[in-house]
Amino acid sequence: MKAPDFAYARPASLDEALALLAAHGGDAVPLAGGQSLITTLNMRLAAPALLVDLNAIPGLAGISEADGVVRIGAMTRHRDVGTDPLVRERLPLLAAALPHIAHPAIRNRGTIGGSVALADPATEWPACCLAGEATIVVRGPQAERRIAAENFFLGLYTTALEPGEIVTAVEFPVPGPDAVWGFEELSRRHGDYALAGLAATARRGAGGLTGVRLAFFGLADRPVLARAAAAAIEAGDVKGAQGALSGELDPPEDPALRPATRLHLARVILGRVAGRMLDKPAQDGVPHAV
Amino acid sequence: MPSDAPDRDTAVAREHAVSFTLNGERVRCQVPARTHLGDLLRGTFGLTGVHLGCEHGVCGACTVLVDGRAVRACLMLGVQAEGATIETVEGLSESGRIRDLQDAFHARNALQCGYCTPGMLVTAAELLAECAGEIPSREAIRAAISGNYCRCTGYHAIVDAIATTAEARAARETAE
Amino acid sequence: MSTDPGGLTFLDRPNSYIGRSVPRPNARRLLEGRGVYVDDVAMARLGHVAFLRSPHAHARILSLETGAARAMPGVIAVVTGRELAEVCTPWIGVLGHFKGLRSAPQHALAVDRVTWVGEPFCAVVARSRAEAEDALALIAVEFEPLPAVVDMETALDPGTPAIHPDLGDNLAFERVLDVGDVDAAFRDAACVVEETFRFGRHTGVCLEPRAIMADWAAADGMLTVHHSFQAPHMMQDILAKHLSLPEGAVRVICRDVGGSFGIKVHIYPDEMATCALALMLKRPVKFVADRLESFQSDIHARDHRVTARMAFSAEGDILAVDMDDLTGIGPYSVYPRTSAVEANQVVNLTGGPYRHRHYRARARVVLQNKAPTCQYRAVGHPIATMVAEGLVDLGAARLGLDPFAVRERNVIRDDAYPCAGVSGIKLETLSHQAALAKLKAMMDYEALRAEQAALRERGIHRGIGLAAFIEITNPSAAFYGVGGARISSQDGCTIRLDPQGGIVAAVSVTEQGQGTEAIIAQIVATATGVPIEKVRVISGDTQATPYGGGTWASRGAGIGGEAAWQAGKALRENVVAVAGAILQADPASLDVRGGAVVDAATGTERMPLAELGRIVYFRPDTLPPGVQPEFVATRHYVPKDYPFAFTNGVQASYVEVDPETGFVRLLKHWCVEDCGTVLNPLLVDEQIRGGIVQGIGGALFEHCLYDADGQLLNGSMADYLVPMAGEMPDIAVAHVVSPTASSEIGAKGAGEAGTAGAPAAVVNAINDALRPFGARVARQPVTPEVVLEALGLI
Repeated sequence: MKAPDFAYARPASLDEALALLAAHGGDAVPLAGGQSLITTLNMRLAAPALLVDLNAIPGLAGISEADGVVRIGAMTRHRDVGTDPLVRERLPLLAAALPHIAHPAIRNRGTIGGSVALADPATEWPACCLAGEATIVVRGPQAERRIAAENFFLGLYTTALEPGEIVTAVEFPVPGPDAVWGFEELSRRHGDYALAGLAATARRGAGGLTGVRLAFFGLADRPVLARAAAAAIEAGDVKGAQGALSGELDPPEDPALRPATRLHLARVILGRVAGRMLDKPAQDGVPHAV
Repeated sequence: MPSDAPDRDTAVAREHAVSFTLNGERVRCQVPARTHLGDLLRGTFGLTGVHLGCEHGVCGACTVLVDGRAVRACLMLGVQAEGATIETVEGLSESGRIRDLQDAFHARNALQCGYCTPGMLVTAAELLAECAGEIPSREAIRAAISGNYCRCTGYHAIVDAIATTAEARAARETAE
Repeated sequence: MSTDPGGLTFLDRPNSYIGRSVPRPNARRLLEGRGVYVDDVAMARLGHVAFLRSPHAHARILSLETGAARAMPGVIAVVTGRELAEVCTPWIGVLGHFKGLRSAPQHALAVDRVTWVGEPFCAVVARSRAEAEDALALIAVEFEPLPAVVDMETALDPGTPAIHPDLGDNLAFERVLDVGDVDAAFRDAACVVEETFRFGRHTGVCLEPRAIMADWAAADGMLTVHHSFQAPHMMQDILAKHLSLPEGAVRVICRDVGGSFGIKVHIYPDEMATCALALMLKRPVKFVADRLESFQSDIHARDHRVTARMAFSAEGDILAVDMDDLTGIGPYSVYPRTSAVEANQVVNLTGGPYRHRHYRARARVVLQNKAPTCQYRAVGHPIATMVAEGLVDLGAARLGLDPFAVRERNVIRDDAYPCAGVSGIKLETLSHQAALAKLKAMMDYEALRAEQAALRERGIHRGIGLAAFIEITNPSAAFYGVGGARISSQDGCTIRLDPQGGIVAAVSVTEQGQGTEAIIAQIVATATGVPIEKVRVISGDTQATPYGGGTWASRGAGIGGEAAWQAGKALRENVVAVAGAILQADPASLDVRGGAVVDAATGTERMPLAELGRIVYFRPDTLPPGVQPEFVATRHYVPKDYPFAFTNGVQASYVEVDPETGFVRLLKHWCVEDCGTVLNPLLVDEQIRGGIVQGIGGALFEHCLYDADGQLLNGSMADYLVPMAGEMPDIAVAHVVSPTASSEIGAKGAGEAGTAGAPAAVVNAINDALRPFGARVARQPVTPEVVLEALGLI
């Protein structure tokens, strides 16, 4: 199937892009990496009147650190996020997630901003944003807004983005020296969407884990921060945490997998991630090769 | 200003002029916005080694190098080729850059129907370039080509051929 | 093995290429992206067709409004089923030797009723595919939904409406086989095991989708069809028949084909419609299935439920098998091979490796409103093998016997051939015992068992699965011809010697990547004594090759190869006869080796073929009187003494099951098979490996999922999971060689073996790993969910 007819523009500045989006309203769609959007077009599941290509806008890609925050430009490709030396040192959770994101050719083109804006509930970056307490930086026609990840992902492909707004960056606070993290994803094949996935962060001290954040993906219509389970982990009760998940996750109906199965898998990976975060002296492990 | 400088084309339009470097040659053409890069390369430039197997980014048969990176040609618009350097299996063959890899595929019978082969070669070429003399494990090779579907071979021979090439390149580097 | 009149056997000719791992001469082209698949053929004035397909599993078409679509930019024509039916006649997919097989007339485009989601009923031809699709969206259709028959289990219930009212019910075909005294055998058995096996419907997913381009040149009266297809002459015959053209007015060309696996050997409505449109519009029309319509309209396969039991003696002898197979085939039996063959094969093959003499089987083939099913790689084999091998493992476990030992005890002895299998199949020569012995050594079975036990102590759950199988290859006319289908079982090869000593060989078997052309080149080079570099092979063109069946059912090498061998020998005889006349030597004292006529006894060169060619073609005036060289030879071949050349093999799988997640990791896979003479080990081994992975696909991943309304739920490559490199194991392959005496080359087929045995080996390995938990699985694909259900964790 071929894409339906649409117009295309390649603005050279963010202001130009925002102006185009404002002028065309709901008929215009920003085009980031395109790895989901163009698929949708090629299946004629969407028929926008205009694609506003963000790829020629200078300054939207790149990674920097300042004031205890790592800023990842929205147009930074998945692969560049996960292989960046700064990310690998400061945000190893993201580096660990990278090999699970589709396949090399998709990682070469897809962007973190596009992934966050799409908010596919079975994907890795939104959950990493939740676990890593990221701030989503967005620009609209009027002003910049900074939205905590917890307030950004609202539902199936639904975010706090207002019409005409574009994600410009994702900012992660640099974890402290006592930080630990865990990542686990079960998918049928390399790079497939998660049957169940978990990105987790915590601080570890003499008394165990504190500040536990468990961001599950593939287990509801959005990435979910499992607070009750996190509290149980902080109390050292992994079984209790696993039990709490049935009240916190709402696995989707899927022709290939029952919700009960996803929930079971969520419990299993929570057990594994929690075990590693509690036991291991350092971090979850070395990030995978790209 | 050279005549082949890229047009600064920010207009809203259903068809655009694009100019880019294709297999070492500078080219220009008009392309409808909705035409994906795979159809552009096949249709306008006759590069039928770019195979379309799914047009939703899953099978990997259309993989080409864009600015040196493996990319799905079906998930990029033709108009987005503007200013890029694009290489297809035809260009990689003519330049001789992957001759050793092609020889290894041939000797090992790491292809049958040949439909996945161009995308497989482009993906393997990127892996080998990244390895830069290191020999990837079989698991790493399998992970690298995990987005390229082959119905014929069962993959074993493809992994062998890529591994053989990596070993030969590493040996050459050591020797030099 | 027969002896060459030259005194040398097939394998022993000087400079023989047989048995050597010769790389495929035609693969270079593919490696440089220079293949020519249907969509790569340039054509002026080309129209692209897109089809409107049914969104309903079963519905009446009340009205069809095409005016707006006709007015769209780029549209050349909009054609309805009724309009197309005036050009293309309908067909019925039945075979005379399948007594009672019934189906209904099927049109290229459905006329007033659609019977599955994806059935085409209207076509738009436009300047581009995109414009054709734009116009499709503007066709207004009014449907009256009809009750859909989706579940094969209830398709035969009295309350279920008949999809085709004229047939009365939904039973397309039933076969019952009852051999020996099954009831007595079960009554007297020490141990009886029973299982219900479910096989998920799956499909071929050729990477190159189905594609066809037809060009009607009215001035020549010639329809030229470029087709991604396995059987060009069959397509020619059927196009001529249903488009009411003389046979000679249809030329079918199959150049490079991007995978076929049995998917591209059937008559598809959209492909017939494309050819009819070319006739109607008097211009070339191309159809390339996109991936979404491939899932809806390619044939599916393997949708079976088999309930079976096996009786054992206390010592582990298999005494009897009793089974009941139910399969749903969609709304029509597919033309011209029919959709009854798969179930029929299940009946023929189940338990085929073993010596029991009591066997009862019933197979029922029912109609339903899903995509039609038909023959796909290893037709019926993986089902038959899973049923028998699953039961063998159950019996072994119940009796406390080693599963390898039970197989060794029960297989037909290697010295028992020729003999008949329990289903009545004629077996010429098989090698189960030798294959088992070779496998046991290759996988180091005892060491693997020890490792498994040691790891189990540490909570790591690995399993070893075995699967012995038989495989149908080299089919004679018994497969289709006797049933009235115009599908050739004979094949031919024409060989020409050119002036410089090069050879052109035209064959009627076809190439889809198996290496057919390489095998033919090896055989021709060996037979004629010409270096393989000087042999060129032509295939896939009804106008340029002898008449034949094409490539399917593992027949290319065994049948096409024998034709090439005979043609090559005949040409060599012609060459030495002429050379003898020129050299005043007895032709019997001459041979052709390395591209030259030589003295057969000493190998001394007498005359290069290039010199002979020069004389014959350019200075025939210098030839001795009465000598008329014939440097073209044609021979045909069809197996006659056996209906099929059965082959055999055994596979083993080593897996690790995660008992918490239900995930299965494939650690290693082994296959020992016997395809007779191994013409090219490189090609045969990769056929086996590719087939194994295709089988693993069905065992673990692939499943066409339908909802209760008959909607296909996972018709994309993101949702229908095919095996990818990351999850597949390395695969070790070895051979036992028992040549068939039916031909001089002694080759049988090897295309089905991998797929035939892999699912059973993998599923048995999973069950072996699960045994300590008292759990077992019998439903394919074995997803993590299936394992977790078996473990009682969800």
